[in-house]
Order: sequence, then structure tokens, then C-alpha cells
Amino acid sequence: MSATSTTILNLPDQTTAAIPKKNYISSEHGLLSWLLTGDHKRIAMLYLISITFFFFIGGAFAGLIRLELLTPQPDLVASDTYNKFFTMHGIIMVFLFLVPSVPATLGNFLIPIMLGARDLAFPKINLLSWYLYLAGGTLTLAALVLGGVDTGWTFTTPLSTHYLNTHVVTTASAIFVAGFSSIFTGLNFIVTIHRMRCPGMTWFRMPLFVWSHYAASILMVLGTPVLAISLTLVGLERLVGIGVFDPTKGGDPLLFQHLFWFYSHPAVYIMILPGMGVISEVVSTFSRKRVFGYTAVAFSSVAIALFGFFVWEHHMFIMGVSNYSALVFSLLSMLVAVPSAIKIFNWSFTLQKGSITFETPMLYAFGFMGLFTIGGLTGIFLAALGMDIQLTETYFIVAHFHFVMVGGMLMAFLSGVHFWWPKMTGRMYPESLSKLAAVVTFIGFILTFMPQFIVGYLGMPRRYHAYPPEYQVLNVLSTAGATVLGVGYMLPILYLAWSLKYGAIAGNNPWQATGLEWQIQSPPLTENFTEIPVMDHEAYDYEWLEHKTQNEVTTVG
Amino acid sequence: MDNSIVTTEPLMPRETAVHEEHEHVFIPQHRHHFETEEQQREAGSFGMWLFLLTEIMFFGGLFFAYLLYRNWYYDAFVPASNFLSVTLGGTNTAILITSGFFMALAVWAAEVRKKQFLVIALILTTLFGLAFISIKYVEWHDEWVHRHVPGASFDISEFVSPKAHGITDQKPISPDMAEHCQIFFFLYFAMTGMHALHMIIGIGLLVWLILRAQRGDFSAGYVAPIENFGLYWHFVDIVWLFLFPLLYLINRHPLK
Amino acid sequence: MGISEVLWQFLVKWLTNSALFPREASTIAPYMDALYFFLIGVTVVGLVLVLLLIGGFSFRYRKAVHPVAEQIEGSTLLEAIWTIIPLGIFLVTFVWGALLYFRIYTPPVNSMNIYIVGKQWMWKAEHPGGQHEINELHVPIGQPIQLTMISQDVFHSYSLPEFRVKREVIPGRYTTVWFQATTPGTYHLFCTQYCGTDHSKMVGEITAMLPEDYKKWTELSTSGMSLAQNGERIFASMGCNACHTGNASNRAPSLAGLYGSKVQMANGSIQLADAAYIRDVILNPSQHVPAGYAPIMPTYKGQISEDGLIALVEYLKQLNTNYRIQQTQTTSVSDQAAPTTPGMVKP
Repeated sequence: MSATSTTILNLPDQTTAAIPKKNYISSEHGLLSWLLTGDHKRIAMLYLISITFFFFIGGAFAGLIRLELLTPQPDLVASDTYNKFFTMHGIIMVFLFLVPSVPATLGNFLIPIMLGARDLAFPKINLLSWYLYLAGGTLTLAALVLGGVDTGWTFTTPLSTHYLNTHVVTTASAIFVAGFSSIFTGLNFIVTIHRMRCPGMTWFRMPLFVWSHYAASILMVLGTPVLAISLTLVGLERLVGIGVFDPTKGGDPLLFQHLFWFYSHPAVYIMILPGMGVISEVVSTFSRKRVFGYTAVAFSSVAIALFGFFVWEHHMFIMGVSNYSALVFSLLSMLVAVPSAIKIFNWSFTLQKGSITFETPMLYAFGFMGLFTIGGLTGIFLAALGMDIQLTETYFIVAHFHFVMVGGMLMAFLSGVHFWWPKMTGRMYPESLSKLAAVVTFIGFILTFMPQFIVGYLGMPRRYHAYPPEYQVLNVLSTAGATVLGVGYMLPILYLAWSLKYGAIAGNNPWQATGLEWQIQSPPLTENFTEIPVMDHEAYDYEWLEHKTQNEVTTVG
Repeated sequence: MDNSIVTTEPLMPRETAVHEEHEHVFIPQHRHHFETEEQQREAGSFGMWLFLLTEIMFFGGLFFAYLLYRNWYYDAFVPASNFLSVTLGGTNTAILITSGFFMALAVWAAEVRKKQFLVIALILTTLFGLAFISIKYVEWHDEWVHRHVPGASFDISEFVSPKAHGITDQKPISPDMAEHCQIFFFLYFAMTGMHALHMIIGIGLLVWLILRAQRGDFSAGYVAPIENFGLYWHFVDIVWLFLFPLLYLINRHPLK
Repeated sequence: MGISEVLWQFLVKWLTNSALFPREASTIAPYMDALYFFLIGVTVVGLVLVLLLIGGFSFRYRKAVHPVAEQIEGSTLLEAIWTIIPLGIFLVTFVWGALLYFRIYTPPVNSMNIYIVGKQWMWKAEHPGGQHEINELHVPIGQPIQLTMISQDVFHSYSLPEFRVKREVIPGRYTTVWFQATTPGTYHLFCTQYCGTDHSKMVGEITAMLPEDYKKWTELSTSGMSLAQNGERIFASMGCNACHTGNASNRAPSLAGLYGSKVQMANGSIQLADAAYIRDVILNPSQHVPAGYAPIMPTYKGQISEDGLIALVEYLKQLNTNYRIQQTQTTSVSDQAAPTTPGMVKP
């Protein structure tokens, strides 16, 4: 069935192929049919457009930061402006890009189909989620246009409550609203996974993509409300001024830290778990093998979610917390690293005795595995109490979280977008360009963030507008890398947009994958399935696929 | 030509879902992404329980702050909480429990399809809810008049020299401790305010449900909104049952 | 060190000279660097392992040479191996890191104490002898230095990368860190907790000097009173001596010898009278009522600055007798209000 011996890409005959006339995109016309849709697939595409928009705004701020840091002097913009740059970069990237990226786009699109359902449990709430996201995004843009906010994305008190007169309450409200978008998405996923699996779809027949979204949804549902209350208290303190975080009035600024990080640490697992789900799917498909240790990978997702709630104080080790509490949280942080290690090894061993090809999604997946390994292990540096003293609040931290978030999560997102693009749009993108973009991104990433580990240990603090001249060489390298990285991110926008009109017709299953989503047309019908399937085989069952494709003639058109 | 996978041999029967024999007619509120109403109802109920779980986490932050500061500033929290009226708070508790009782009756009425009873029960729930909010308003106004509202108008003199204000059953506390009474009142207003906000939203939803119940929407077998709203209302009730003892009752001197 | 001393020095020197590595300027620095190298080793090994697995399997099982995949469910043995071995390494790291942490945050008893007050956007250092520095700190080498720090406004963080120490400087209570400098020279001081507009300008210089040079420096920089002398002045001018007369009156306890002792509280608990205690009693006296006394001490919140509080702490640290306090009774205005109790010394 395969065209050549170095790829599994299997496109239908392009002379006769065409996009199926009846699909979720063509089923209804007009702007309102999109803005008032209940179809999870349309909502996913709406999200895709919005988060891409915010990604580029956040990315522009990153560019400005790196531009300023080319020179040790604070010569590009004023200090207050620079402080606004990194604040907006953090807020937009964390809350408006990373948190919704995979769940709200790929998760929304795929989870019902992967489970054999016609939609999520609560389509109207799904649409509400998107509008809440837009409202949060609009409020953020409003704060930006009105002059910006410079608290840092962490809103540390008492700085944010008493010592700044920028648009803190507007931004806090924006994140509050966006947080509810996240809560409702998670709620929708949990109910769907519990209640709407098709006949025969047991928990352990679900794709690992669904497992990781389940774990992330638990975090979303339980953790985000605590962020909401933290931001509410900051807002109230600014507006009423009672001093719940003000030490001169008997309040405790450290209380805010505890409340904030109680959400924001699980938040990082909310961000990474869905990406890990993507990697499971991609590695399996491009090795033609069931994921090694399926049960271990499924349970490790849930373990990460569970342990993730008990490690928040590791962001506060040097803040004067009790030494003994620091011991407990350091130990727990070591434990939370283990499930991630398990996953990396399981994915690696999925390759063993497989039949491996190197299409673009697989390249991104490999990038993920390497970079996430580095990022995750540097987390161990930080979880070690004594080491954290030297490394915390320096560029080492910046490098660490960019490795896991950008080298990890963003690569996983791109891997997923490239993997499921043919399913979502019916079109293929040009493979050589996409491979180039993947490689450029990878190189740019390493050049940008590897020097930051070094400059961090040397002592360069984070959020610094100016720095001692001896750090300049490393900063210049980092900025050079950022330029390359920017190019790497621009390319997909261009060729993916191009592919919508000119790309090859993809057909149902161009990657010859096993999931339920690949057994239906591309793009799918609005109701996903003409008849609800019965799941009678395990996930990643390539023998079932082999047997099935032998018995069918695929017609498209 | 439609886009289906045409097989060269007939589909094995087990490869299609065994579709329910249509013994029952789908209710008009059936949503088509659910296979059965049972699935729809269970999903709705599960969703509401999950939502209430997020509400617990939300209130949890405030409870945690309260516990922390009560521990640190015990000597300020006790006199501050003694200024609250147990009579009013207790009455409100009784009112809320009663409204919860009527809500439970409403759920039963919907299940046995007694429309008039359902509407009456919902109206009574709403009335008692409004009574709760009114008494809460009275309490808040009282705090405002006594200058217990945190912020610029907060006055510590009642705590520092209670006798001068005609209060005989409180010991005076020093001014720096009295400053911390403001934190108590902030948490009081934040927690009861959040609670009241949830009640007001609930009352709004009740009005909508009454209108729909009057139209007959819930007396023909479709009870999910009433049941799920019942869960929400009982949750708001339970939050109050935690707030009342923590804010009003513990370390109480003889009842005012 | 576990490895050869020569090799270690070579490694450190090479990395330092290639600007990849900060100088080791304190006694704890080699320990910190040892942990760092260990962790880098673990990371490199882990990364190489993962890369070998990915690269090796990709090459050996690429489609061109291995067209048919063999389905493998998993291996409990492998799962156990790659759970237990990483966990073991992480636990070793945990123990090592914890030991280092406790070491850095437990000052030795013979440390010389210097106070640091951080405010937007500068660092004030106050030596007990009364030397004041802004954005600088002079210390002798070979002597443990304890920094007792507090902020006047927002969170800051006192970071000395070449000494490998850092601690948050928070408003409302003291935090401490210690180090012992090994080599004379000038070193970086950074504020590392984002604190507003001029966060990146809140930097300075630590100058480590030979002990005899430090002594010279203190003599040259002493501009007036020592901290304790300043504290004595504040003690009198704020009227503390009106109640804390040192006599057996029951208005206020004697403060001679208070510092460092254990105080029995009215609510039954026992508190240690350290710097944090002294500061908090002055600001929140109703929370620290000693046994046998009424809660009548007024608060001085807003009336004494952090510098003033530090001076008072230093004063009480060396207060062994009430003699000078009772002397000031006759000269200070508050003497008129103080009750005369039998036995009070009147010169």
C-alpha cells in the first residue's frame, strides 16, 4: 500500500480525488453558522485561529525582549516598557496560548471522534468556552492598548497590589475570565470521556491522547478556581485596600504566593500533558507499533496530574518558608519527575522493532523527546533545594521552562497540527517545506535557549532590562537563535494556509493510522459517524488495520 | 457520490452499533449527540457535580485564608466575630435550609410530574432565597453603620473601647490588634459576598425555571434542569452551613 | 571533593576563564558546583541515553530495512528499571540538595551579623559598628558573615552568584543567609526578584577584603554612632525607657539580657527572643504579651523605620544591664510621667 519505502504517506490518486462534498466545513454557510455553532470541530478551528493570533502577539513581545537584550545597556526602550514586554509575553503565552493550545484545538476536534461519539457532552458550553477565551483575550488586549501591565505574569504581591499603577485589575479580570474557559473545557472533556465512549470502548482501549487530556482536565477543573480566587483577592486588595497581602496591615504576602502557585504549578502540567498525548499518537503511527507499555503511559499521565498538586512550594524555596516544608516539597518534586521519565522511555522503546519513517510530525516528536528530556532534567536541578538557591530567579529558570514549554509543548502542538491537518482540512501540506520548518525551529530553539542555562548559572537574573557586559556574548547568541526560531514559526503559517487551497487531497487515512478518527472521511461529517462504531479491538491495533484495509476499496470524491 | 468506505464484503453485523429499538419516543429536549436520554441525563448530572467541585476549590481559597488569619490573629477575630448577630445569622440558616427543603420538594414534584406543585415549590424556594438575601442586606447595612466595612471608613474604636460604645460583654483589645479586625471583616464580606452572589445567580435561574415549569417543560419526563439546579442550590446551602459556624458561632460569648 | 583536587581546580579554572562559569568566591561554592556538575552529568547521561535509543532504534528499524513492525505490548521489567533507576538518582539528588540547603540557610554561631535593608531600588547595608553602605558590601574573608535582611516595600532578592548564595528579602520579617568569602576581590550583587521599574538597576558590588584591610575600612567608614548606639538613642527618644525602666515595676519587663533568651508568654507558649521577635514585639505588641504583664504596650508601627528597628535590635543584643537606661530617666522628658518606685536609682 505504501508509495515509497521511506514514507508511509498514502495519498489517493490526485487526478480523481476531491474533498468530500458533505463535511463539517461545507455543511452550513455564513459567519453566524460558525459563530453560533455547537459542532466541536468548528469550535476547534475557531480556537485554532484565535490562539494563533495571540501566539504571534506574544511572539512579537518575545522578539522585542530579545532585541533589547542584544546590548547590555537599556537602550531600546524605557524600563517600564521593557517590564511590560515580559509581562505581556508571559501572560499571553501562558494563558492565551499554551493552556488552550492542544486541548482547545486538537482535543476539541478529536476527543469525540476518538471515543466514537458525535460531539462533546455539552456543545453549548464548548462554544461558551470559546467566547470566554475571546473575552479574556480582548480584556488582555484592552489592558495592552490602555498602557499595559508590568507585574510579571506571576502578579507578585505586594508589588502588584500596592506599588504599581498599571492596569492590573483589567489584566487580572482577563485571566479570571480566560480561566473559566479552561474550566469549562476540562469539565466537558471529563464528562465526555466518562459518559460518551462508544460501545466496546473501555478505558484501556482509549487512545493515549484521550488519557492525557483526561489527566489535564482534572487539573484544569480542580486547579483553575484557585487561580480565580487569587486574582480576585489581588483585585479586591487594589480596589478596597484592606491588606490581606499587606504586611504593614498584618497581611501575609506569602499567602498570595501559596494560592497563586497552587494553580500555576498544576498549570504547567495542564500545558504539557496534552502535548504528551500527541506524542504518543505520532510515535505510534510512524513506528507502526502500539505504544510500548500502554498501561504505564496511561497511569503516568494520571500520576503526573495527582502529584502535580503537591509540589507548588518549589517555586518558593528561598522565600523564607520553613526549611522542613521545603524538604517535603523537594521530595515530592523529585517524585513528580518520575512519570515523565517513564513516558520518555516508553516512547523510545516504541521505536524498537517498529518500522520507522520520518515525516514532519515524527520530526517534531523527536525534537520534543530530546528537548523535553533536557528541560525535565533541568527541573531536577531546581527541585534539589541547595541547587535551587543558586539557580532560582536567574536565566536558568527561564531556559528550563522554555525548554519544556517551547521545546516540549510547542513542538508537540506543531507535531499534532501537522499530524491531524489532513484530517481537519482534507488537505496535505508540502512535506519538504514542513520538514525544513521543523529543522529550522529545532536549531533556532537550541541556539536561543541553551546559552540561557549558562548565563543563568553565571548569575544573570531574569526580568533584567540591563545586564553586566560580561553576559553579552551569550545574550547575542540567544537573540540570534530567536531570529531563526521566528522564521521557523512563520513558515508553517505560510504553507499551511497555502495548503488549504492548493494542497494535495489527503483522503481518509494518509498516515495509515489506527485511530477512529482515521477511519472516517477527511474533513469529517458534522455528525462524525454515519453510525456509531463499536470498538472491538485494542488501541493502536495495526493488525486490525491491516486486516481492514485488505478488505476494502477506498473511494473518495 | 457520498463518502463512505465501501467494503467488498458485507459489514459484519457486530460492526454497527446495535441501535435501540424505538420502543420509546425521544423527548423533545433530546440532544442528538447523545445516544439515549439516560446518557444525556447522566452526563448533565455528572457535569453539574464537577462544576460544584470547581466551586469548592474556589471557596476553598477563601476558607484557607480565613483559617490562616484566624490562627494568627485570634485575639482580633474573636471580638470581631462577636459583633455579628447570631440571631440574624441563625434565622438565615433556618431560611436557607427551608428553601433547600422546598427545592427538594420541587425535584420530587418534577419526577412525579405534578406541574402545579412543582411551580409552587420553586416559587417558595425563590421566596425564601430572597428572604435570605434581604436579611443579609440588613446585616451588611448594620456593619456599614457601625463602620465595620473594610477600607477607608473602618473604625477600630468599637474594639479598642467597647464600653464607650455601650458594649458590655467584650474585653477591649489594643489598637494594633484591633487593626486586624479589618482582616476578619474583609474575609466576612468576601465569603458572604461570594455566597450571596451565587445565591443571586441561583435566584435568577429559579425565575427562569419557574417560567419554564409553568409552561410545562418539566412535567413530561424531562427533569434534568430541575435536578441539576437542585444540586447547585443545595451546594450553595452547604457552603452557608460552613460559613455560619466559622464566622458567627465559634468562640461565641453569651448570645446577643 | 570526591575527584582529584588538581582535576577539580583545572575544571573550575577553565570554565571560569571561558566565561561559562562564575568564580568560586566562598567556602560553599565548591559544594554547590559539585552538585551542579553531578546534575549536569546526570543530564548528559540521560540525554545521551535517550538520543542513543531514539537514534539507534530509528536507524536500525527504519522502514527501508525493517518494513514490518513487530507488535510488542511492553515489559514490566523495563518499566521497573526505568522507574527505579531515575527515582534512585533523583532521591540521591534530593538528599544532596537538602544537605546543601540546610547548610546555606543555617548560619554558624560565630557569624558576624550585617543587616541588609532592601527598598526600591537600592540596597542598604548596615554593619554593627555603624558603617552604612549603599549598593555595596565590604566583608572580611575567612569569617562567616550572616546577613539579616528585610525589605521596606516589595519582595526583593539578595543574590551573590559568585558566593553561590541568594535569599528573598521580604517585607514584614527578617530572612537570613550566610557565607564565608575566601578570596579578596569584587563580586556581583543582584536583586533577582522582580520589584518594579528599576529592578535591573538594583545591583551592586561586594568587596571581600583581607581581615586587616577590612579593619582599616571600618575605621575609615565609621561616620557616627554604631547601630547599638543609635538604638539606644531611639530607645530613649521613643519613650521606651518610660516603661522598660529595668526596675521591678509591673508595667514592662526588663530588657537586659532579653536577647537570645526564652520568654514565657501570657498564653503559655515560649518564644525565643531573637531579632524577628524583637522586631515583631515593637510592631505588634499585643501578640507577644509576656506572662505576668498586661497588654498595655502601644504599637510603634509607622513610627520607627526598618533601619530604626534594626538599631533597636542591635541595642538589645548587647544590653546586659539597665544602668544606662536608669541614667537616662533623669534626663529624658518621659521621666515626669514615669512612676517612682522604691529602689529606683536617682543620681
